[in-house]
Amino acid sequence: MYRYDDLDQAFVNERVAEFRDQTRRFLAGELSEDEFKAVRLRNGLYIQRHAPMLRIAVPYGLLSSRQLRKLGEVARRYDRGVGHFTTRHNLQLNWPKLEQVPDILEHLASVQMHAIQTSGNCIRNVSADHMAGIAKDEVDDPRPYCEIIRQWSTHHPEFTYLPRKFKIAVTGSPEDRAASEVHDIGLHLKRDAQGQLGFQVLVGGGLGRQPIIGQVIREFLPLPELLSYLEAILRVYNRHGRRDNIHKARIKVLVKAVGIERFREQVETEWRASRDQAPRLEVAEVDRVRSHFTPPAYRDLPDIDAATGREPEFQAWYRYNTREHKIPGYRAVFVSLKRHGENPGDITSEQMEAVADLAERVSFGLVRVPHNQNLMLGDVRQDELYEVWKELRARGLAMPNIGTLTDMIACPGLDLCSLANAGTLGVAKQIQQRFDDLDYLYDLGNIEIKMSGCMNACGHHHVGHIGILGVDKHGEEWYQITLGGSVNGSTALGEVIGPSVPQKEVAATIERIVEVYRGGRRDGEQFIEMIRRVGIKPFKEGAYATHSEAA
Amino acid sequence: MRRILRRHEVVEDAWRLWGEGAADSDPVIVPLAELQKDTGAWVARKGALGVRLAPGECVESLGDVLPSLALVAVEFPNVGDGRGFSYGRLLRDRLHFAGELRAVGGGVKQDKIFLLARCGFESFELGETERADEAVAALRRYDVVYQPGAPIEGIRRQRFFA
Repeated sequence: MYRYDDLDQAFVNERVAEFRDQTRRFLAGELSEDEFKAVRLRNGLYIQRHAPMLRIAVPYGLLSSRQLRKLGEVARRYDRGVGHFTTRHNLQLNWPKLEQVPDILEHLASVQMHAIQTSGNCIRNVSADHMAGIAKDEVDDPRPYCEIIRQWSTHHPEFTYLPRKFKIAVTGSPEDRAASEVHDIGLHLKRDAQGQLGFQVLVGGGLGRQPIIGQVIREFLPLPELLSYLEAILRVYNRHGRRDNIHKARIKVLVKAVGIERFREQVETEWRASRDQAPRLEVAEVDRVRSHFTPPAYRDLPDIDAATGREPEFQAWYRYNTREHKIPGYRAVFVSLKRHGENPGDITSEQMEAVADLAERVSFGLVRVPHNQNLMLGDVRQDELYEVWKELRARGLAMPNIGTLTDMIACPGLDLCSLANAGTLGVAKQIQQRFDDLDYLYDLGNIEIKMSGCMNACGHHHVGHIGILGVDKHGEEWYQITLGGSVNGSTALGEVIGPSVPQKEVAATIERIVEVYRGGRRDGEQFIEMIRRVGIKPFKEGAYATHSEAA
Repeated sequence: MRRILRRHEVVEDAWRLWGEGAADSDPVIVPLAELQKDTGAWVARKGALGVRLAPGECVESLGDVLPSLALVAVEFPNVGDGRGFSYGRLLRDRLHFAGELRAVGGGVKQDKIFLLARCGFESFELGETERADEAVAALRRYDVVYQPGAPIEGIRRQRFFA
């Protein structure tokens, strides 16, 4: 993984010193709420319902054991011993004390971590495929380019006060595992006819109040032009994006307003005029960053059948929680943060330390943070899987449900977030309870539930096979359900099935929906495939069949 | 009295604003719209001429008159509006403005001064609550940068170059 050089380390140290001073000025009354807000957000600090919330960046979802151990230590020392992983490679601490945040940031800097630009109207933490570097179908490892983008976007002189937040995702495989089409910019690594490396560039995707799928602005951007082209897009956006209405300020609104053709023209014109003054991406620099992502020292091992003959529980875990690896003899292992009864994405300090230790022993000391609020050990020997499973199980991290209905994504919701209209954690528990029978879950196959407590869509509800959106109805928590959304393969936005349902009815409604699937599926047909085949009508009818309270 | 940070010093503003009753020989800063009403007359004055550019105004429209301007004041009306950062870059990099590039308005804060300077701004109008010593020190906040930009004294390392 990437290791800071003197420049990177000096920068985060200086940033901590700056924020320490800003916090001091705020507490001394020298900095107004408004001014402090602008700088604290750009350092990951929100003021939430009960306390501040600190969002720590895990750039493109890659952690060393040392870093994860440090996160565990920080969560224990400055919070309540629990952290929450989000859908964009961040770890959120929900109970830090404002005056201690500079100390937390100093701890993070000591292990080459930070919380820079994890919130605020600036370029956010860049995201990537959790299978980066180990997927069989990869054109190239996206992480070196993510790191380059991280550095280029950090404390950018021109683009730190944008109209609104700005999110970039990079993928290297045909299968999009990074939700790149719902990012402000999605970059897909590809090669042109001459074998040159570059990117297909998408722009204007996003969720929130106005979910839009990104559109192709450029079919092929040669790698050396990466930063100059990003600057051209950002400059057009910074100049012309709306600033009069926070809900219309994302780049997707600008792209939609002028149309992709005209927007492309503006960007290309800007690019031609500015590329000579824009940062060049030198081969030596690309090589330098790439050299940090060379494959670990894999052993020459055969593929083995690790599951046969083992207990059914292990077999289920093997099937659902491990993934194919491009190197024979290895597999990628999901560390499930979706144990029934726990908040999706939550992890305790002890668990962080246990995963860090385990990764050191069996996965080259690296831990991945996938988009789906779990963790992943990317490079585990197949002949060590059984031992790994036993250790994870002992820590409550082996719930064999990855890809099933209870591997759901959920934002923190009303319990913690000051933006939320409704709770998500209680609904998650209700769903976990109702779908607690693993055989039933396995029979349902791959179903992705994504839940947000408000329109801001941190839980990505628009792109869940089943999307759940919390709404406030005269002070009561109700839930609107969508069907047919997806991000893997073909990105699609879900359709609302009808009136929202009260809190206590959510899990029952979902059960009626999946029963429609069980009754109507063809051989081997997955839930999302059936929706695409028959539309949402039968599901809609089933969902409200015995339910009279909907309004 | 307006305080201006320039060349590591905070000094009283030598410029008058349009509407402050400047004499013909006084240096004066006029809003873009006013300048465009009668560019010839403004340029023909004896005193130095500056223009004030508000967010949303077209920086490229300054093209022809730019050689006659000794100062461009770019407005940052509040904490969040960052359009002026791009205007600064465009004025320096594309329109090759070599005069004084000044950041003005309520959004000019010590926490932004370093970034503003990297975008080519060389003078900064300080609000009443801004402390002069802290504003001067802000130009030295970082000694490493990632992106290309206007040179600042004390920067020892930079990652990307144009």
